[in-house]
Amino acid sequence: MNREIYGKLVFELSRTGRRGYRLPASHISENDLTEGKGEKAAAIPQRLLRGAAPELPECDELTVVRHYNNMSTNNFGVDTGFYPLGSCTMKYNPKINEEMAAHHGFAGAHPATPDYASQGRLRLYRELELALSEIGGMAEFTLNPFAGAHGELTGLMVIRAYHDSRGDTGRRKVIVPDSAHGTNPASAAVAGLEVVEVKSLPDGTVDVEALRPLLDDTVAGMMMTNPNTLGIFERNIPEIAKMVHEAGGLMYYDGANLNPMLGAARPGDMGFDVMHINLHKTFSTPHGGGGPGAGPVGVRAGLEQFLPSPRVVEREDGSLALQFSDDALGSVSGTLGNFAVQARALAYILSLGSEGLMEAGPLATLNANYVKEALKDDYLLPIEGVCKHEFVFDGLRDKSTGVTTLNVAKRLLDHGYHAPTIYFPLLFHESLMIEPTETESKETLDDFIAVMHDIAREARETPETVINAPHNTPVTHPDDTAAALNPVVTFE
Amino acid sequence: MIKYSETHEYIRVEGEYGFIGISDYAQKQLGNVVYVDMPEVGDELEAGEDFGAIESVKAASDLIAPVSGEVVEINGTLESDPRAVNRDPMANWIVKVRIADPAQLDGLMDEAAYNAFVS
Amino acid sequence: MHRYFPHTPREIEAMLAACGLAELRDLYSDVPPELMLKEPYRLPQQLSDTEVRAEFDRLADLNIPVRACFAGGGYYDHYAPAAVASIVGRSEFLTAYTPYQPEISQGTLQYIFEYQTMMSRLTGLEISNASMYDGTTATAEAMMMAVAAVRKRRRVLVSATLGEGVMRVVRTYARYHDVQLEIIRENAGVTDLSHMAELLEAYGDVAGVILPQPNRYGIIEDFTGVADMVHARKALLILNCVAADLATLRTPGEWGADIACGDAQSLGIPLSYGGPYLGYLCATKALMRKMPGRIVGATTDSEGRRAFVLTLQAREQHIRRDKATSNICSNQGLMTLYVSVYMSLLGAAGLREVAWRGHQTALYLLQEMTAAGRCRLAFPDKPFLNEFLLEFDAEVDLDRFIADALGQGILAGIKSGDNRLLMACTEMQTKEDVDRLVNIYRNL
Repeated sequence: MNREIYGKLVFELSRTGRRGYRLPASHISENDLTEGKGEKAAAIPQRLLRGAAPELPECDELTVVRHYNNMSTNNFGVDTGFYPLGSCTMKYNPKINEEMAAHHGFAGAHPATPDYASQGRLRLYRELELALSEIGGMAEFTLNPFAGAHGELTGLMVIRAYHDSRGDTGRRKVIVPDSAHGTNPASAAVAGLEVVEVKSLPDGTVDVEALRPLLDDTVAGMMMTNPNTLGIFERNIPEIAKMVHEAGGLMYYDGANLNPMLGAARPGDMGFDVMHINLHKTFSTPHGGGGPGAGPVGVRAGLEQFLPSPRVVEREDGSLALQFSDDALGSVSGTLGNFAVQARALAYILSLGSEGLMEAGPLATLNANYVKEALKDDYLLPIEGVCKHEFVFDGLRDKSTGVTTLNVAKRLLDHGYHAPTIYFPLLFHESLMIEPTETESKETLDDFIAVMHDIAREARETPETVINAPHNTPVTHPDDTAAALNPVVTFE
Repeated sequence: MIKYSETHEYIRVEGEYGFIGISDYAQKQLGNVVYVDMPEVGDELEAGEDFGAIESVKAASDLIAPVSGEVVEINGTLESDPRAVNRDPMANWIVKVRIADPAQLDGLMDEAAYNAFVS
Repeated sequence: MHRYFPHTPREIEAMLAACGLAELRDLYSDVPPELMLKEPYRLPQQLSDTEVRAEFDRLADLNIPVRACFAGGGYYDHYAPAAVASIVGRSEFLTAYTPYQPEISQGTLQYIFEYQTMMSRLTGLEISNASMYDGTTATAEAMMMAVAAVRKRRRVLVSATLGEGVMRVVRTYARYHDVQLEIIRENAGVTDLSHMAELLEAYGDVAGVILPQPNRYGIIEDFTGVADMVHARKALLILNCVAADLATLRTPGEWGADIACGDAQSLGIPLSYGGPYLGYLCATKALMRKMPGRIVGATTDSEGRRAFVLTLQAREQHIRRDKATSNICSNQGLMTLYVSVYMSLLGAAGLREVAWRGHQTALYLLQEMTAAGRCRLAFPDKPFLNEFLLEFDAEVDLDRFIADALGQGILAGIKSGDNRLLMACTEMQTKEDVDRLVNIYRNL
């Protein structure tokens, strides 16, 4: 590629007078507007108009296409190679999903189209709600939330709405494990709740004895992932749920780690009352460089009325309609949510079918355990035993080399692999969190394992090679301190 | 007199005033400081409550008031040069307060006790 | 195994053996047996691509197809060059995640940086974040930003002329985030600025004022003097604007706003029955540290090359946890690519041509509908760009009008109350479309 020309910013490619568009003809003439008999609109006063036009690029179509295609080659996606980013479930995004998201029956539809003209779209929405309810073991789902964090927020609002409806307004505490992702406490704060952390045992699971004294009549609920952030199944979950319920709280399931539970167990059966699912993780919708995702929220029977408006409801004649309800917690979206993402998830569920879904979780778990067992000789595994979809190393076993988790991650880039999640969870100093997913083949995993062993060997023999990595990426060691110290967030 | 808190703030006492900053240990833990979020002059600090935050590239730490008191001055240098905290944390205090209750100083550690605390 | 899973039975056996396990079920030995699924999901059997297509075709056939869309309300049917979808569909963009590793994510980081620059220039404000979910949540976040930025104030004023959908979401966030909302009355279709002044006077603790442009009736409001009134009370001015109009109408920057927010669907994003869309959020530099969500910054790498990174991360949830400015993590990354490519192709001239074309078609539609009789502008003498509210005589059966139009593939607008219809025009509707719609109305 010629990066001299196309490696620039689009603003630098702009030449006055170029254009990359042509509007369709309207056939309305000035005469049409002067000769008509109807009402004329008020003229728009100059003070309501913009002064100088914004400085936007002026480019022809080919320049724009080459510019962005060049940029895309500086990117790494699941379609490029193995992407073992822990907690993100970077599984294959099947192509039929994309085709269905762009289906002519859905792509051009305005959200205000009357219900009777949108029965197919509403049916699609409803079918996905029902499938997720079956998989989650929940009574009902809403697909409105736009993302995992948005789902969390919505789920916490459901919990508040439930307590408020009972006049139980003193419950403002949410318990989260100390291993939880930062989004949990942030979502709680946005929902007007206060976070209380509960300690983990050395094996990374919730300490039931530490939980007991936290449970009183100020507890709104408890948020957990299961398996937890370390990829360990919380085996005391039935007891934890019982304790929280006895204290009057509700159990919230953060679906970030749902993937290994496909075909194995359902959050509803574990005692959870409210949950969200990240469609972009478990249900294979593409991550898009950070969205759009979707974070549907499910509830057990008895909480349906609090789900946000609008809901899609079935009328007596079998037709579907949007409904706004006063019992609902309110609205969290302007529409029914990220509809094209929902369409992809339904296409995936239809493609997998019941038997494919039953296979997905166990294979994701198998892949994770296989990598874990193969690497624990060189990398420090703080928690032994079977993991679920992911596991965490605390850096290299040999701490004498000076090679850190960050170095290992950067060295992986040289080998054409995306790095694992690093320095999360915060329970260990050198966390390296690996999630292979079920769509990776044995030979991919074997090569990754070989590369990880090579890096460990390099760390012992030629540590500088690892410490100075990456060596062959489009940029290397960008200065993020300078970026934060003097933020340049637009092109001048 | 200099006293330290368990959350790594120091307070240097001069008469009825105290200069509050973060310890050398804390600035090392944090790494390159890129931003200091400071209160406004006139704000009342409450002992044990946060009054701002200090940020590095990939970490942030709340500033917890070691004592209660009114902010009488903020260190304007840090707005344009936050890394001064790394260079010399003791000289580059963050806020100057009028100490409301000198008795609160008794609950803090002296230098020897703090050094033992962080070692 | 399913076609998406590469494992052969022999490989599964070997991998289990490497883990010291005999069968897949052993991977769940730590799960209490009573929690394990007893039978497969009650869901259909797996389908081939062909069968999935057939199922979607079946669902699509249940819809009434629309060829000409006169519905707006914040979301508009716009033309986008074919290159937009082609570029956005590249799997290097599509299947990447949040650019945590800048060395192999320069593509994503650069288009977000370009997006931030374009949005900043469009709104006339210095900074933009890397997107919010949609216009409604972006406005709610702007509200939370105001209460975070203006210390010890938790009251926000909102104009009654703000779009209904935005208002619903703002109310929800306010309720749970303990923000006190006060509604500014409307007068003849626009924000009653004297009421706003009264509220600012009555409450000393207003953190922000949220006003729409154009408003829920399509009317372009006049905010002359508003920023001064708001700033005199040490509150922030927040404007919710239709993104596509920003190249043409007076900008939030020109009005003296502190925050601009809204939906950017109108900049090249398909309607897709409600999403994914794109919330934009721009602000003055003074508010940079209160901005929620991702922000991309420019820097250099160790060899002096221009490079982009996620920056100011210490604001965010993964570091600040419950003290973060928002819980938002990833956002609508790919949708910013739609907008960047769309604006790269259209430029300022294209955006203005789009706006004036919509205006011209709207003038023609208004003229023809009112010439047909029994309807009029709900708020005469108020300027609009491409959307207006018509009020019909009580005897007009508006539902039948909408149904008849749908029968001919036209979405006539958005019904509001019993006898009003909000109608919008873009470059996508031709004279013939307007004439056909008016003809349906005449024949009612």
